[in-house]
Amino acid sequence: LPSAVLLKDMKLMDVKLGQLGSWLAMRDFTPGGIMGAIRRGHSRYYNKYINVRKGGLGGLSMVLAGYIVLSYMWSYSHI
Amino acid sequence: MNLSFFDQFSSPSLLGIPLVLISTMFPALLIPSMDKRWVTNRLSTLQLWFINLVTKQLMSPLNNKGHKWALILTSLMIFLLLINLLGLLPYTFTPTTQLSMNLALAFPLWLATLLTGLRNQPSTSLGHLLPEGTPTLLIPALILIETTSLLIRPLALGVRLTANLTAGHLLIQLISTATVTLFSTMPAVSLLALLVLFLLTILEIAVAMIQAYVFVLLLSLYLQENV
Repeated sequence: LPSAVLLKDMKLMDVKLGQLGSWLAMRDFTPGGIMGAIRRGHSRYYNKYINVRKGGLGGLSMVLAGYIVLSYMWSYSHI
Repeated sequence: MNLSFFDQFSSPSLLGIPLVLISTMFPALLIPSMDKRWVTNRLSTLQLWFINLVTKQLMSPLNNKGHKWALILTSLMIFLLLINLLGLLPYTFTPTTQLSMNLALAFPLWLATLLTGLRNQPSTSLGHLLPEGTPTLLIPALILIETTSLLIRPLALGVRLTANLTAGHLLIQLISTATVTLFSTMPAVSLLALLVLFLLTILEIAVAMIQAYVFVLLLSLYLQENV
């Protein structure tokens, strides 16, 4: 018996493809909402990889690798 | 072809949007905010240890009034260190290769030390213009020389940082271009160039750290005279 969850509270992986458009429309795209999303994403990453008892080199390296990829994308036209 | 070597120093922009602000603010992401725990994660512990080391090293020659500058000098040191080291990664942009940014950092801070000295202890600050024990005949010339050296300090601070980093990046690019071009014709020479490139990269890492340190150290020295 599936529990009745509101569309706007469903996680992205549970949204069916047909509902994707309405799910996106219900998300909070105000500046406050975007800041909240960035904060939540940052907390997820931080608490999973860095704020642990035996954090390794991987947590920092993934951030640096992402930065390199981002810089490559920005400078692609100059190469 | 020659002009393409300087492309790495152009401000990054995406469809006309300047991205240099993101490149400058990125080091802030690498420093986690302080937890209220006693035993924090490894990254925070390492960074705390390093910041304590830097602060003690910089602030011990200063008297109590100079300790008010601890926050700005330490954060400037961490900022420059991270920006310089991040610039060594491939495809990244180093904001400190831009003279405008380095002068914008050096000039207000130097002026602040000068004005602090002139406002609080004007005769002592001006007295630094004449070292003790100079022969009487040399006094006018020495005053002029010391004033010039005082006024050129912000320029020297900014240009030193810019020139060191820009030269390092250019050298890395030139030697790596030579290595790649020579690989098809003379692999032995290419191997030699690769060795030089390896050593140069180690030097660049050292220079990145040293230049940040020198910048802040000189500022603290100017502060020491004036506070």
